Amino acid sequence: MFPYIANTPQDEKDMLKAIGFNSIEEFFEDIPKELRLNRDLNLKPAMTEAEIKVHMEKLGGKNQGKELVNFLGGGVYDRHIPSVINHVISRSEFYTAYTPYQPEISQGTLQVIFEYQTLITNLTGMDVSNASLYDGASAVAEAAFMAVDKTRNKEIIVPDNIHPNTLRVLKTYLHFKDLELVVVPTNEGTFSKAALEEKISENTAGVVVQNPNFFGLVEDEIEEIVELTHKNKALLIMSVDPITLGVLKSPGDYGADIAVGDGQSLGNGLNFGGPYFGFLAATKKLIRKMPGRIAGQTLDKDGKRGFVLTLQTREQHIRREKATSNICTNQALNALAASVYMVALGKKGIAEVATQSAQKAHYLYNQILEKTNFKPVYDKPFFMEFGITSDIPAAKGKEALLKEGILGGIELRICGEQFKNALLVAVTEKRTKEEMDQFVQVLEGLK
Amino acid sequence: MKTYETLIFELSNPDRRAFEIPKVDVPEESLESFLPKGALRGEAPELPQVSQVDLMRHYTNLSNRNYGLDTGFYPLGSCTMKYNPKINEDMARLPNFTETHPMQDDSLVQGNLELMDNLDQMLCEITGMDKMTLQPIAGSHGEMLGLMLMKAYHADKGDHNRKKIIVPDSSHGTNPASVAMAGLEVVTIESKENGEGDLDALQEAMGDDVAGLMLTNPNTLGLFEKQIQEIAKMVHEAGGLLYYDGANTNAIMGITRPGDMGFDIVHLNLHKTFTTPHGGGGPGSGPVGVKERLIPYLPVPFVEKKGAGYKLSYDAPKSVGKISNYYGNFGIYLRAYVYILSMGYNGLKRASEVAVLNANYVMYSLKDHFKLAVDRPCKHEFVLAGINTDIAEMPTVNIAKRLLDYGHHPPTVYFPLIVHEALMVEPTETESKEMLDDFIEAMKAIVEESKNDPELVKTAPHTTPVRKLDEVGAARNPIVRWEPEE
Repeated sequence: MFPYIANTPQDEKDMLKAIGFNSIEEFFEDIPKELRLNRDLNLKPAMTEAEIKVHMEKLGGKNQGKELVNFLGGGVYDRHIPSVINHVISRSEFYTAYTPYQPEISQGTLQVIFEYQTLITNLTGMDVSNASLYDGASAVAEAAFMAVDKTRNKEIIVPDNIHPNTLRVLKTYLHFKDLELVVVPTNEGTFSKAALEEKISENTAGVVVQNPNFFGLVEDEIEEIVELTHKNKALLIMSVDPITLGVLKSPGDYGADIAVGDGQSLGNGLNFGGPYFGFLAATKKLIRKMPGRIAGQTLDKDGKRGFVLTLQTREQHIRREKATSNICTNQALNALAASVYMVALGKKGIAEVATQSAQKAHYLYNQILEKTNFKPVYDKPFFMEFGITSDIPAAKGKEALLKEGILGGIELRICGEQFKNALLVAVTEKRTKEEMDQFVQVLEGLK
Repeated sequence: MKTYETLIFELSNPDRRAFEIPKVDVPEESLESFLPKGALRGEAPELPQVSQVDLMRHYTNLSNRNYGLDTGFYPLGSCTMKYNPKINEDMARLPNFTETHPMQDDSLVQGNLELMDNLDQMLCEITGMDKMTLQPIAGSHGEMLGLMLMKAYHADKGDHNRKKIIVPDSSHGTNPASVAMAGLEVVTIESKENGEGDLDALQEAMGDDVAGLMLTNPNTLGLFEKQIQEIAKMVHEAGGLLYYDGANTNAIMGITRPGDMGFDIVHLNLHKTFTTPHGGGGPGSGPVGVKERLIPYLPVPFVEKKGAGYKLSYDAPKSVGKISNYYGNFGIYLRAYVYILSMGYNGLKRASEVAVLNANYVMYSLKDHFKLAVDRPCKHEFVLAGINTDIAEMPTVNIAKRLLDYGHHPPTVYFPLIVHEALMVEPTETESKEMLDDFIEAMKAIVEESKNDPELVKTAPHTTPVRKLDEVGAARNPIVRWEPEE
């Protein structure tokens, strides 16, 4: 009758009889009559697979996306995704497993986490990584809590050029813990030591830097900012795009204390905002302050190498309200996808993806400046995403691009009215010269 | 089969590749020409280089060292490990959904927004709430949000004194941890032996400094809290709010609703009750539903029906803000939506009924060999207070490990904390009588072994890919990444 319910009416009878009951209803007799829902749920009757497919195709058909050429970014990027990823994460031994509480039968998941931690630390140049967090935004918030816990101070400083959603999430998380958020205005799109100097004090717990920042610019005073932060005994939290670390200096290179970011672009699809995952890596001395699961290597009683969840006294199921975080379920399968992605690309591949993205972005940028009336929002070094503006409202430009099947970019108006004509354009290795030339052509025709 | 013990890093060969991207089709300018020199790293990060065959075999071999729901029985109490339907997976992979970017204009993602609106209404109907947000990414995330909503509600009423959240000692560890995340204080009250709330203790804890009470119903012992109406009244009269931890919703779909019991805030674990896969530890989805008076505080954005279409609205001046980057785990709650369609109103109710039947069948079948924490019909799960010591002595942990040799995932152990030697069993409705019988026989056999050959049980497991692991050593000297041998 229902394919996911195995027991038949005959089984039901046999089972009730075996344990001395007459009906299932007897198990519910303790629910007060007035609390019983004495009607059917107001939902449709069950649908078969065939009917569901029709329904979902129809619903999905009301979206546009798969047929469009995507220049949207803002932390979520349309990249080449190797076929192997879906095949690995579709193995139900992985995706139908629970959190690995029984290590003897969970060595697959545990080794995957251990390898993931290694890949993330190699990418970020940090010593230790956890098993993943919800997303890049909440990872910044968790890192802020680590800084507060470590320094016993209550103030977190962020520049105004981080992702606006990260700022929103951070604001919520800090507000409820009665912690203070200090937003520093940036200078022409980048975070300067001078701007930080005005706000930093002995009350500062942590300073956040995002590189490349939300406008796509490569921050140019990170070393000075790290030095100033450490001089004030605060922790430096660096939020990064993992792909750019194929070629850009890592948080470890800069001497950051905590590296965080969103892992979407490591082999995870767009999926309308999720599931993605957040990564968090830190220096060795912060390991006991870290939130979430950590896998560690050990030996079994025959002396064989094996893996377990470790340092669990940080976690909610042991420490309850004194835990470093309440996180429990994280984004394990997305972290697995990211591991497969990093392995599929390898050391050479990740550098190529990063390099090509940057080269293509600069091709498009140069073509736009050369052939259209658009100007850069900030004339500063950027990586693979840049702001352009003109005297035409951004919405109009987007509309013209959409007519040619192009998703032209994010309206920077979300960062303030001064950007009302500006678009943030992202270019990945997946974009082709032909697509970019068409992009330029549409902008050329704009009046 | 050969045992597999290789790490991916040990397979690396600098000349191998598993994947290649197309050659660049624009002029290859060097990065130094447009980036400051100080911005570049000297060498690319150390990622392993393997062939595609090596990659697939590595992960396939690792998966063979894992145990999933598709492998066998998974009676983890409080986790609702029920079968994950495959149509859910297929629908979640339709390109019309996967290839939508979260920053696309509303007009281009009408299908997504319609799905979110439909699901909101379905979950409200199932729980008896007025409005849902799909933004929380996991159950704990939902709990944190629910507590923030409580705090925001009281603050908006000018009541800044309410900092205490009452949590029963039988609760899940995430409850108190989430209270701390929302900047509130935990007050733990003792439950009665059968896990029911102690009304006197509750009355004593109530006051004008209490923001609310967190409960699961059925509780962690698998029993329905019969006094729920009195409890709700007590909390509301004291000016507090009532929070429903939805971990145990699988017992009550179509039968009773938290909204009708008096709860103000509810979170659901779609990766439990609504069959989205656990993924070895996520991604999950933890929607939060509220009653009318709490709607203004829900996170932004929310889906609004506008004319014939839908839009995402940020117009909520009293909102707590955002708790995650975009709109939650869209690809996950899409699977829950498909599940609800597959089951319909009658199927969801039948699922809860059979979940409860299965739990009672296993519980009463084991009552001579184990101690029942409470001898009363249970809901979707039940708790055993260890082995029947009239037959043999054996710590719960060893019974759990021995079950691995019988091919079953063990139940949740040593939880809830209020039961000595607890084994918490949740069979779910998707298991057949034959599977339940097999589990029952294994449990009984372990009791016999505990009497006749206790050493065999104490040294278990014997047949798993690795034997008992040294967890103490792992924590004392943490090795948390692979490093090449010198």
